[in-house]
Amino acid sequence: MFEIVERQEMAQGTVVSNWVKAPKIAKKAKPGQFVILRANEKGERIPLTMADTDPAKGLINIIYQVVGKSTALFKTLKVGDGYLDVIGPLGQPTHLDKVGKVVCVGGGTGVAVVHPITRGLKQVGNQVFAVIGARNKDLLILEDQMRAASHELMVCTDDGSYGHHGFVTDMLKKVLTEHQDIALAVCIGPVPMMKFCCKMTKEFGVKTLVSLNPIMVDGTGMCGCCRVTVGGKRKFACVDGPEFDGHETDFEELTARLKGYLDLEKVSYDEFKAAHGSGKCSCCS
Amino acid sequence: MTEEVKPPKREKIPRQKMPEQEPKVRARNFQEVPFGLSPELAQKEAERCIQCKDPRCKQGCPVEIDVPRFIKEIKEGDFEAAIRTLWEMNALPAICGRVCPQEIQCEGLCVIGKKEEPVAIGNLERFAADYQRLHGRDILPPKADPTGKKVAVVGAGPAGLTVAGDLILKGHEVTVFEALHAPGGVLLYGIPEFRLPKEIVAHECHYLERLGVKILVNQVVGRTDTVDELFEQGFDAVFLAVGAGLPVFLNVPGENLIGIYSANEYLTRANLMKAYAFPEYDTPLVKGKNVATFGAGNVSMDSARTALRMGADHSYIIYRRSEAEMPARAAEIHHAHEEGVEFMLLSAPTRFLGDEEGRVKAVECLRMELGEPDASGRRRPVPLEGSEFIVDIDLAVISIGAGANPLLTKTTPGLALNKWGYIIADPKTGKTMKPKVWAGGDIVTGSATVILAMGAGRLSANSIHDFLTMGW
Ligand SMILES: Cc1cc2nc3c(=O)[nH]c(=O)nc-3n(C[C@H](O)[C@H](O)[C@H](O)COP(=O)(O)OP(=O)(O)OC[C@H]3O[C@@H](n4cnc5c(N)ncnc54)[C@H](O)[C@@H]3O)c2cc1C
Ligand SMILES: Cc1cc2nc3c(=O)[nH]c(=O)nc-3n(C[C@H](O)[C@H](O)[C@H](O)COP(=O)(O)OP(=O)(O)OC[C@H]3O[C@@H](n4cnc5c(N)ncnc54)[C@H](O)[C@@H]3O)c2cc1C
Ligand code: SF4
Ligand code: SF4
Ligand code: FES
Repeated sequence: MFEIVERQEMAQGTVVSNWVKAPKIAKKAKPGQFVILRANEKGERIPLTMADTDPAKGLINIIYQVVGKSTALFKTLKVGDGYLDVIGPLGQPTHLDKVGKVVCVGGGTGVAVVHPITRGLKQVGNQVFAVIGARNKDLLILEDQMRAASHELMVCTDDGSYGHHGFVTDMLKKVLTEHQDIALAVCIGPVPMMKFCCKMTKEFGVKTLVSLNPIMVDGTGMCGCCRVTVGGKRKFACVDGPEFDGHETDFEELTARLKGYLDLEKVSYDEFKAAHGSGKCSCCS
Repeated sequence: MTEEVKPPKREKIPRQKMPEQEPKVRARNFQEVPFGLSPELAQKEAERCIQCKDPRCKQGCPVEIDVPRFIKEIKEGDFEAAIRTLWEMNALPAICGRVCPQEIQCEGLCVIGKKEEPVAIGNLERFAADYQRLHGRDILPPKADPTGKKVAVVGAGPAGLTVAGDLILKGHEVTVFEALHAPGGVLLYGIPEFRLPKEIVAHECHYLERLGVKILVNQVVGRTDTVDELFEQGFDAVFLAVGAGLPVFLNVPGENLIGIYSANEYLTRANLMKAYAFPEYDTPLVKGKNVATFGAGNVSMDSARTALRMGADHSYIIYRRSEAEMPARAAEIHHAHEEGVEFMLLSAPTRFLGDEEGRVKAVECLRMELGEPDASGRRRPVPLEGSEFIVDIDLAVISIGAGANPLLTKTTPGLALNKWGYIIADPKTGKTMKPKVWAGGDIVTGSATVILAMGAGRLSANSIHDFLTMGW
């Protein structure tokens, strides 16, 4: 078992952070890599990015949004509980090169994914602008951490309850306009957000990395479930990615493939909620 | 089922049929198809063997099991002796008895087969192993004194498990590193429950653990540790047995529509993740009404038959050659026919068509005819121009082969690979170009069979043992 040693709820309980004991993985992991977790014997294998690691203590940090049955099940796990399986580090690490000025954009839970990359890009000597956004102030995560990880942080909310009233693309545009010499953009968040960010950076001719989140099973390039089309070629996000050139990515296909199981996921989530509501749940006892 | 009393002229006993589930019933459940032989049926079948002095069956078996001996032991009712005979050459008889392509191996050469049906060697092997598991005494083979040497085995499929079993008995410390969350390789994630119950795979792995083999799951070598790091951790030799785990796609338009799976994904969801028991198990699988499986090997039969069990009305095998060229085991093709799998032969897909939501709704195919034999000796399919036709489907499984997964080989400097990415290893010893590293199974040969992977494991185990004890 991989024990949870620290647990925190964020964004009004819609997002949960866990520090999990996984010494081997903690020692190896680099920014941009992910793990696959399974809560119990009947559980699904769920990919989550490592938002942070503490190699000295042998811990990894995952930050996930509750969107369906498996993440809801994860949420029921308390400190002292654990995951049956944690596999990793998987995927290619981000190339953290010194390129000059960079902009890092995170939306929703994507902030958790962009955070270690932002910090890494700063550590190697880049000047880092960061933009983060959420639907409203309460859903915003990791603001302080992102401020520390960058030279300048801009915050946006869709409803204007905090920071700039509007989308992250507004602030991205501002940065790109004011700094014509931005060499790299990293945009991570919901698929539509990444798509629109890429549209904008393309206009400015700025190379852009995105982190793709297709559905996965094994995470080792064995099943082909995570295939995405990048530059007209088939890529497996779990081994070739999860980061890809955003200007080459087929976001429409990714959006469609992410909906492959909506009806079944609903059955599973509804059943889970019913069981928990009635207190008859046995899945996490 | 059993025959009425007949004159005891033994060649005249017909091959004993293994009782099995009715096709209509079993095509809707995941329980194993054949029930296995009873001791009476097994002993009767064993009588059919004429105990050849120079047994051809043994030559047909890649690990050279002493077939007449174990059959004689069954005939005499000494089932424990039979299992010991099998174990001498084969650590996984319950599995091989079920999945070996006997018709081209042991049974293919059996002399009885010249005039009538060959002795049912596979069924007898399975019987002996099942009998031992269910009714036998708890026996473990003797272990040599500890040598103090440590061996790492990468991959817990049949090749890796064989090496682990052999070397632990020779007194070495063995640790198996497996990428998935459970051991077994294709036996677990690929071959379905109805053909090879997972309980049997678990039993065999547990047997190795009782012998002292350490099996570590969730270890993706190349990521969690690299091969060179394993040496740093004190292993004296490494055996690579990662299989041929790379899906091959058709490369036709529309292949990324929802509802199109590689066979690896389809079967992994169904078997390893138990998606057939969704929502009790959390992993979902699209249930097709009209399912097309492309290809005609064992993997294809497994996929098409799984689709039926998941509730399909029609499960098609679409294959570009004819029935004669189908690479699957005869028994699988036979079972697939019986269960109602529909074969569309001499047909090749050209593109997939989708609906507005991006779900597959049809496949366009071309009719083929057979031309001259190709490099593989099989007649090459040639498309008939203008013969396009459309098949309505809502689920497709691509099952046209597998390739070499580069995850491990790319992160292991010093290995030599062939042009397809498979590891080059000495066929007699399994030695690779990298010092202290051996390899065997599908990652060396390309997709082959369970018993060939085990045979390669056996050779490597001997070579590793020589190296560890004598230094070469
Ligand atoms: C490399 C990678 C890194 C990720 N990192 C994070 C992260 O740091 N934080 C975070 O909150 N989420 C992350 N995700 C997404 C996360 O894996 C999914 O939200 C989760 O699997 C949903 O499972 P569920 O059962 O709770 O929801 P479901 O009911 O299964 O699905 C809800 C939604 O999640 C998507 N989804 C379902 N299964 C998967 C799957 N196996 N992989 C990806 N998406 C899926 C579906 O498209 C669906 O729209 C990452 C995904 C990938 C591929
Ligand atoms: C669906 C299907 C049906 C089949 N039916 C038959 C049949 O009826 N009869 C028959 O004889 N053969 C059959 N075969 C073929 C047979 O199963 C294979 O030839 C055999 O399993 C190969 O054994 P292996 O040990 O080389 O590899 P595998 O069985 O593939 O095992 C490799 C193991 O290594 C693990 N691994 C991979 N990468 C890593 C890594 N980097 N680190 C750690 N572990 C790793 C994998 O997860 C896997 O567990 C079938 C194959 C399939 C797919
Ligand atoms: S291992 Fe396979 S080939 Fe050998 S005797 Fe048994 S069934 Fe036949
Ligand atoms: S060839 Fe057939 S008859 Fe002869 S020993 Fe083998 S199984 Fe028996
Ligand atoms: S998740 Fe299976 S190949 Fe990527």
